[in-house]
Amino acid sequence: MESSDIRIKQHPILDFPERRKVKFYWEGKQLEGYEGEPIASALHAAGVKVLHKSLKRGRPRGFFCAIGNCSSCLVVVDGVPNVRACTEKLRAGMRVEMQVGVGPVPRSKE
Amino acid sequence: MRRTELAIIGAGPAGVCAALEAASHGVRVTLIDREEHIGGQLVKQTHKFFGWHEKSAGTRGIVISRDLADKVKDNPGICFMGSTEVLGYYGDDGVLLLEAPAGIQLLEPERLLVAAGASEKMILFPGNDLPGVYGAGAVQTLMNVRGVRPGKSVLMVGSGNIGLIVSYQLAQAGVKVAALVEALPKIGGYAVHASKIRRLGIPIYTRHTVKEAYGKNSVEGAIIWELDDNWQGIPGTEKGLDVDVMCLATGLTPLCEFLWQAGVEMAYIPELGGFVPLYDEHMETTVKGIYVAGDAACIEEASMAMAEGRLAGLAIARSLGKVPDGEFSRKREDSLRELEELRAGPTSEVIVRGLAAMRKRLEEHLSQEHSSRQAHQPGAKPDAQQGNQQRKRVSS
Repeated sequence: MESSDIRIKQHPILDFPERRKVKFYWEGKQLEGYEGEPIASALHAAGVKVLHKSLKRGRPRGFFCAIGNCSSCLVVVDGVPNVRACTEKLRAGMRVEMQVGVGPVPRSKE
Repeated sequence: MRRTELAIIGAGPAGVCAALEAASHGVRVTLIDREEHIGGQLVKQTHKFFGWHEKSAGTRGIVISRDLADKVKDNPGICFMGSTEVLGYYGDDGVLLLEAPAGIQLLEPERLLVAAGASEKMILFPGNDLPGVYGAGAVQTLMNVRGVRPGKSVLMVGSGNIGLIVSYQLAQAGVKVAALVEALPKIGGYAVHASKIRRLGIPIYTRHTVKEAYGKNSVEGAIIWELDDNWQGIPGTEKGLDVDVMCLATGLTPLCEFLWQAGVEMAYIPELGGFVPLYDEHMETTVKGIYVAGDAACIEEASMAMAEGRLAGLAIARSLGKVPDGEFSRKREDSLRELEELRAGPTSEVIVRGLAAMRKRLEEHLSQEHSSRQAHQPGAKPDAQQGNQQRKRVSS
């Protein structure tokens, strides 16, 4: 699917007004999404489906429930692991990485 | 530490209706939700609801949720804590641990209502963990709330109302639904929803299930096959489908973690969605002062969740001494009759059976508890009156 087709513009019941676009990073690559939408929805719209690698077998995982129940979509945000991509809001300049297993221990920058 | 008369976990249809009812009797309510919005999963329901109340029947979920949110915001008796996750309930101290935007907080409620909703059931097949396999609720959230299409072509699994409604919503959003599979010999949901799907030309395969999903990093296709009378796949009946999304509408199960943690008696009642708390007709669990409503009590539709919420809110207000006898029995009868009418149709037969099984388990539990109390007091006279009261409360 072309990225231009993945965002719904016309809908018989719902309106999706334009919102402020922000730049963020996925695995070091700059992408664009709407400010305040969940990270997972911005990534999905950018064609990214694999958010996490499973703990034991390293299998690819994406979101499953999209409302914060299931922990299938854990990512690392600005060095902090175990962030639910489906509920965490997108902010400008956010650095999001795929989480492998339990992810890194967050280190303070002092 | 903050105190409140009633803490409600979950600001969906059940929690909000309980809050409004309780607050109308002067109860100070703290309504908590991990989302910033009020309305729970109603915010993604673009379809019109069937309902008993003239007001809700024929209204879209998104409109009901806006209406509920306005009523909460206008109500000075309700403190809404959005973006706040309940981390646990510490029953010995009667304290909830909250993670709010402002940080970790404690809340000590006099009564607790768990209206946490439900989570989706997973079914077993190779590849079920691949990205692209989504719960039906996730598909709705992505397309109806976020305005993002889940993919190009979808295999819908399950023909209950959710499977049928979400298939229709996918078509409305311009996404192809390649097929709908149903393991049972007939469609589970309402005929009115099923005929909409058929009119769109979406093939419905009954007695079929998923054999596997395949793909390197995400779903690239799926294989379905026919089932025999023993629910086993029949070799040679496989069909390949070119899909990048599989949408699981295979049922929900109550979110009861707080009730387990609080020591509420639980029972496995498949008709109600899995493990459910035991509760009386006023939605009070086996732990005094802890109530349940909505999908956390039994998997049904939003109309029932709202009626249960009102009933729980009324009973809680009553238990806090805020509702006069006459008003209580009148409103209680109204709520019970509303629930009965909502469950009068053939699709609710399973629920009615499940609720009867649950009430039987509750009676057994109460009589066991009663006799073990007597056994521990060898010199004491059997407290017949109390026993009668308990039975009366359950069966009246």
